[in-house]
Amino acid sequence: MKEYVMGNGAIGLAALAAGVNLVSGYPGTPSSEIVETIAKYPHEGVHVEWSVNEKAAMEVAAAAAYSGARTLVTMKQVGLNVASDPLMSLAYVGVKGGMVVVSADDPGPISSQTEQDTRRFAEFARIPVFDPASPEEAYEMIGDAYECSEKYRTPVLFRPTTRVDHAYAAIDFPEKTEPKPFEGFIKDSKKWVIFPRLSFANHAMMEKRNVEIGEEFSSYRYNTVEGTSEKAVVASGISYAYAKEFLKDYPDVRLIRIATPYPFPETFVKKALEGVTEVLCVEELSPYNEEQIAKLCGRNGITLTIRGKLTGDVPASGELSTNLLAGIFRKYLNLPEGEGAIDLSDAPALPMRPPVLCAGCPHRASFYAVKKAMQGRKCYFCGDIGCYTLGNAMPLDMCDTCLCMGAGITMAQGFHWTDKEGTAFAFVGDSTFFASGMTGVVNAVYNNAEMILCVLDNSTTAMTGHQPHPGTGRNMMGDIVEKVDIAAVLKGIGLTKVVTVNPLDLDASVKAVLECAALPGVKAIIFKSPCVAIVKPTGKCIVNENCINCGLCISEIGCPALIRVDGQTKIDRSLCSGCGLCSQICPMGAIEAEEVSR
Amino acid sequence: MKKDILICGVGGQGTVLASKILAASAMVDGDAVHSAETIGMAQRGGPVTSHVRIGDDAYSPLIPFGSADLILAFEPSEAVRNLCYLKKGGTVIVNSVPVKPVTESLNDTGYDGTEMLSYLRGKCDCIVIDGEELSKEFGSSRYFNIAILGVAAGAGRLGIPQEIVLGEIVKRVPARFTDTNKAAFQKGAEIGAQYAIK
Ligand code: SF4
Ligand code: SF4
Repeated sequence: MKEYVMGNGAIGLAALAAGVNLVSGYPGTPSSEIVETIAKYPHEGVHVEWSVNEKAAMEVAAAAAYSGARTLVTMKQVGLNVASDPLMSLAYVGVKGGMVVVSADDPGPISSQTEQDTRRFAEFARIPVFDPASPEEAYEMIGDAYECSEKYRTPVLFRPTTRVDHAYAAIDFPEKTEPKPFEGFIKDSKKWVIFPRLSFANHAMMEKRNVEIGEEFSSYRYNTVEGTSEKAVVASGISYAYAKEFLKDYPDVRLIRIATPYPFPETFVKKALEGVTEVLCVEELSPYNEEQIAKLCGRNGITLTIRGKLTGDVPASGELSTNLLAGIFRKYLNLPEGEGAIDLSDAPALPMRPPVLCAGCPHRASFYAVKKAMQGRKCYFCGDIGCYTLGNAMPLDMCDTCLCMGAGITMAQGFHWTDKEGTAFAFVGDSTFFASGMTGVVNAVYNNAEMILCVLDNSTTAMTGHQPHPGTGRNMMGDIVEKVDIAAVLKGIGLTKVVTVNPLDLDASVKAVLECAALPGVKAIIFKSPCVAIVKPTGKCIVNENCINCGLCISEIGCPALIRVDGQTKIDRSLCSGCGLCSQICPMGAIEAEEVSR
Repeated sequence: MKKDILICGVGGQGTVLASKILAASAMVDGDAVHSAETIGMAQRGGPVTSHVRIGDDAYSPLIPFGSADLILAFEPSEAVRNLCYLKKGGTVIVNSVPVKPVTESLNDTGYDGTEMLSYLRGKCDCIVIDGEELSKEFGSSRYFNIAILGVAAGAGRLGIPQEIVLGEIVKRVPARFTDTNKAAFQKGAEIGAQYAIK
């Protein structure tokens, strides 16, 4: 049957078609829909889970792969940093069942902290990587990746980029899929227990094997050459799609596409470069192919001018596009200027639309309560990764730092140790707390730090599309499970002051903050209120005739539902969730809940 | 058929459903289709775009600049923001109702969309639709995404038969809203018919 799905969907379906037995991952844009697709389609006999973080996902899958099961592990590129500890060792130990690790790169970056390149990680870990250029190819390549993984008994990386993940295409998908039967774990400590001697032996084996894989990749169906010109273009992944889009009108131009960046398909590339005098490498994130080709030419005495990021011909950072490449290709290939597009140089200034916390978002109330309570006192506000990073925006301005998942908690301690006068706050979401916050709290207690931990518990993983997590009482198999209670976890770690408060109750929240700030040691406030995007609003608020238009409600909290119409303060009914925060700020009692006629 | 259609607006306006219906309709009509959505941070009140590429020689999931045959803009400034995608001679169908940036109340820029509309009129074949007026009889602006497809079809700018689009709409909206959506599409088609190229 034909399914019109996004690239991530294609990857998920391909894994099902390949008979995957176990799927694990941690949500992160642009990778989240892979696991969600598998959970949505029939998958009897397949274990699917959102793991607590990427490292956990990788380890759960590793054991299954030792048992001969086919596994899929998904994450975004920075998630691979978290999972790198098990992955680096797993590369040495190897697997029995096919293991494909999808690490979605995010050129731009569009919704990530870094522009790191998973191809580099593959080279670093000495394991193969596949680089699809479209959803259709991603679907085909997943099967190839499993074959490769099982043939060479190694985990295999798979790296789509945002534009492949979020592109839609029609995929031919079998009516019925079944998990592949597997043998089960066979004990052999010489094989499955990593010791220095094993690592030494396997390192040599891996290097030898990678040469073989590079040879095999040299005849891989997606490593292709089109055209015959002396000036060649090298591309991979989505950059190939952009290049092809432009070069389809110039079929003579030699377009070399590398779909398996590591182990580099040397024989293929050497052959593809025959008769070439100059090559332009178009790629995002890092000059990976460019460097590989330079090394290859150096080793083989091939004389060639190699252009790309290192020569400044291709931008060093950011996304590529067909438009950007058009300019680069025209210059490189001495092509005439394209026919003029519509001249937009005289376009009026466009309104900016920066992302903001939703109207009625409980995070706004939590931040505001802390701000209010600590007014005039020196504080450090350490943020984290999630919707609440948006607490940095005006007028809240409540996020001084944001580094990586879970870092806010440990960074707050660092600020405490460098300035005992200031009060250090860490804001962390519920999902992030479980993913990588807990060890940071143990560190604080153990080292006698002083800080206030604010857990913004909205009962979901909001930023990436509302996935369940250990605190929600639901998992990816649809089971109702025991909720992991954040307050109980914190008390278990040894915190004596753990307050749970509804952030939408401003007075109670301010009181909780003041109480905690007066105590020594590690204190925690759990601001508990569900995400407005998943809970139906209970009502709306309206501005009544008492309003004196002082504008305080707007300038204090910046809720997008608070607007001015012809100078009069109003509430946009279509946005307001009736959270009531603004009504607690208005000095005139001018904001009230709307009468609901039932 | 070969056609590039860009749909743009602000997060929450229903652009994604419009793009899914378009893609499905073109497939039913026998064409190869690729599309792409902007997802992520940008969704929260930010600009959103869907790129629908009909025909089998589309390689990039995103429409190259200067290639779109048609832009369906749910908001005036978003039409201008994405005008770089329009090819010379292409059509923009735009909703005249502005969506003020959510930060507007904090720093008033006086944005009301009129400047954008006159700019668009001077630059391209531009069909301006008053989304508020159009939506009145349906009691909500949330049918606008369906209505604008009707406008495009009625104006003969879609290249896909109306019955096919209507069929895909019915398949994708909840049963109890089928009639309203059908009516919105038809209303749009009537308006569009006034702009049909004779
Ligand atoms: S009640 Fe006030 S703060 Fe809450 S969503 Fe409505 S306008 Fe915004
Ligand atoms: S704070 Fe109250 S009085 Fe002041 S503008 Fe807002 S609603 Fe009106």
